[in-house]
Amino acid sequence: MEMTDAATSLSRRAATVRLLTGGVRGDQLFRVVLTACALSIPVLLIALAVMLTRGASLAIGKFGLGFAATSAWDPVAGQFGAWPMILGTLLTSLLALLIAVPLSLGVAIYLTEFAPDVIRKPVAMVIELLAAIPSVVYGLWGMFVLIPLLQHAVFPLLRSLLGFLPFFRGAIYGPSVLAASIILAIMIMPFIMAVSREVLLAVPGSQREAAMALGATRWEAVRTAIVPYARSGIIGAIILGLGRALGETMAVTMLIGNRHEITASLFAPGYTMAAAIANEFNEAATPMHYAALTYVALLLFVITMLINAGARLLIWRVGRGSQGGGAST
Amino acid sequence: MVEAVARVQTEKLTALYGKFTAVKDVTLGFAANQVHALIGPSGCGKSTFLRTINRMHEMSIGGWITGSVLLDGADIYGPDVSVIQVRRQVGMVFQKPTPFPTKSIYDNVAAGLVLEGGRARAELDEVVERSLRRAALWDEVKDRLRTSAIALSGGQQQRLCLARTIAPEPEVILLDEPTASLDPQGTQRIEELMFELKRDFTIVIVTHNMQQAARVSDTTTFFYLGAMIEHGPTRQMFTTPTNEQTEAYITGRFG
Amino acid sequence: MNRRDRRRFKSNAMVALMIVAVVIAVLPLLFILGSLLVHGASSMSLAFFTRVPVPAGETGGGVVHAIVGTLVIVGIASLIGVPVGIGAGIYCAEYPGSRMAVVTRFLSDVMNGTPSIVVGVFAWTLIVAPSHHYSAVAGSAALAMLMIPMVMRTTEELLKLVPNSLREAALALGYARWRTTLSIMLRTALPGIVTGTLLAVARIAGETAPLLFTALGNQYLSFKPNAPMAALPLVVFSYATGPYEEWHRFAWAAALVLIIVVLVLSVAARLATRQRFGAARG
Repeated sequence: MEMTDAATSLSRRAATVRLLTGGVRGDQLFRVVLTACALSIPVLLIALAVMLTRGASLAIGKFGLGFAATSAWDPVAGQFGAWPMILGTLLTSLLALLIAVPLSLGVAIYLTEFAPDVIRKPVAMVIELLAAIPSVVYGLWGMFVLIPLLQHAVFPLLRSLLGFLPFFRGAIYGPSVLAASIILAIMIMPFIMAVSREVLLAVPGSQREAAMALGATRWEAVRTAIVPYARSGIIGAIILGLGRALGETMAVTMLIGNRHEITASLFAPGYTMAAAIANEFNEAATPMHYAALTYVALLLFVITMLINAGARLLIWRVGRGSQGGGAST
Repeated sequence: MVEAVARVQTEKLTALYGKFTAVKDVTLGFAANQVHALIGPSGCGKSTFLRTINRMHEMSIGGWITGSVLLDGADIYGPDVSVIQVRRQVGMVFQKPTPFPTKSIYDNVAAGLVLEGGRARAELDEVVERSLRRAALWDEVKDRLRTSAIALSGGQQQRLCLARTIAPEPEVILLDEPTASLDPQGTQRIEELMFELKRDFTIVIVTHNMQQAARVSDTTTFFYLGAMIEHGPTRQMFTTPTNEQTEAYITGRFG
Repeated sequence: MNRRDRRRFKSNAMVALMIVAVVIAVLPLLFILGSLLVHGASSMSLAFFTRVPVPAGETGGGVVHAIVGTLVIVGIASLIGVPVGIGAGIYCAEYPGSRMAVVTRFLSDVMNGTPSIVVGVFAWTLIVAPSHHYSAVAGSAALAMLMIPMVMRTTEELLKLVPNSLREAALALGYARWRTTLSIMLRTALPGIVTGTLLAVARIAGETAPLLFTALGNQYLSFKPNAPMAALPLVVFSYATGPYEEWHRFAWAAALVLIIVVLVLSVAARLATRQRFGAARG
């Protein structure tokens, strides 16, 4: 009987060895394909930076960094200075933030802390829909509905109330820096609201409970316990909103009047970097004009990249700090 | 006394995570067609040891081994050996039931079978029914084979996972605390299954429930701090253990 | 009023202010949708959907060229952007600690924040300038580049939600790594990934800036990927900024069509997550 056992176990072993050495090869190919896909992102980004720099090289060579500080923009004479449009970009974006941030934070806090379900769900859906509306549709509405409203009702009111400030003086055309800022504000609000909500939801419930246990009113609990905790995340949301505003093109170009000038008056037309590119790129006649516009695009790229990187860092920090937060490490 | 042929044999098996040694130098044999229990306090390495037998240990971060694990005398860590084939010969049921959520009950059971392809529908039907019967689940699900697997209760899901594991007819089945997340009824049903299943499979079960080990197993191995302390027939281990630590653990003095 | 009453009053006042903010925030949507319907619905006729534009100053005609154009350009963009985005997302979920994944994740965020007009200029320098002509493909390339980070993010986040125990169960059954990832992990996360993808498609369908100097636009109906092509957002822009009243009405109508397309895609995206049995939840 022992002999049979040994023979059986030997033949079993041989069978098992044969069984175990069958191969399956798909894994390597799989990894290669996935790596190629992942690589596409860094490759594309680097290609973008390189191609933009190359395309702008004519203008970089001639104007250097002074490009950002000069004001003359004369395609015929070959003189290009981007300062008015840079200023316009910053101005419209900051104004938009000024309007959008208090409103967005108010809505975000209300939705996360106070709103009953029956209000929260529809409002959240409205915000999502607002975020989905294309920029060009905002621009269309801005041109034919908002601007007439501003031109005939709001701006004159502002001028009569606040005309002592240089910002609210001067002729009212309609298309203006202020109009563009308002439409920008409407456009970035859903974005800031959404990110702020995420940040606020990540605040652990224990913070809220601790404040309420000390006898705080709902508002005080929010103000003293929750907002400070989420502060860097909220700032991150605001900066992300800024990043979005800086790059917005269509609605701005349809409302800002597209003029290479700076005046103090907010009722006057102006320009942003994105609007200038959108307007002039197809009309450009000389290589230097193309190069100058590409230079503007490069500057816009660098500015938004820095701002977005900074914002992400802030938001990431809040996610790390809170315990059960939504951030994935 | 005829020494039963070892179906699974480890020789000087050491299992590590990076530099940390979880299992030290274990030489152990598991005879065919028996139920072998691995017991010991938390962190003693019994689960790690189990996972070296179907080469799941190396899927953990930094997991590697020295020594060898033999299946019917063939080293499963040999140079030409396909990991996939090893796992088709050594199945595993985990602590938490893990039915595939996007598949029906039928497709879950057949999941391991369709890998090799080339089976006719009729044959698949037959194997699925047989596996579900052996897992004592057939009667409960035979009318809803095409419905979602995650609609089942916890105990049913675990038996489904068992059916899924036995459908491809592996040589060995590893069970890693299979009843830990089940209620007493679910636990009992799984334990009952083992008496029948061992006729066709070799079973190694990790459990931190000593009574369970005493109830279902033919041999028991006691692990402590990564080392194999004692191994022997279950009755003997529980009535007259030779090692002090074994006795201390079994009588509940620690762990 | 004692201290406590004052505090409570303040709390309620702040809540009231917030409600005002909510109203102000919600108003634009109602206003915009209302305007679109009022100004745009009247121009929507069968002709609008089936005819091409007529010479300037005349009445009639339609935007079929733009509808087709959007379908073609967005279609090609999705063919490139979706697989690459999903592939990149799978990579980052499968090898999360690797240097490649960390770099890719970070750069994908950078790409997401890049203004779409900058991407349009890039596509121009890469494709349009060397080939000396505008083309729909160049537009698709720009849109694809916008799409990839969006799809990648969604895919990665959703794959991470699938419990690792499923992966272990599949591996223990003898599934190869690629098969585990595709038919177990990806399959389970699929409804969410479909949602995210459809939302990304909806986003790029509304983009105008990247198409301005790539696809350029076209007055005629064209299916040629290598030539300029019309698109709904481009048509809205050029009609809105044009001199004729008729054009302005068309702009509203085209915008209404665009919004409907975007909304339909968004709703379809939500539905995808709703019904599938067994989506991995909890």
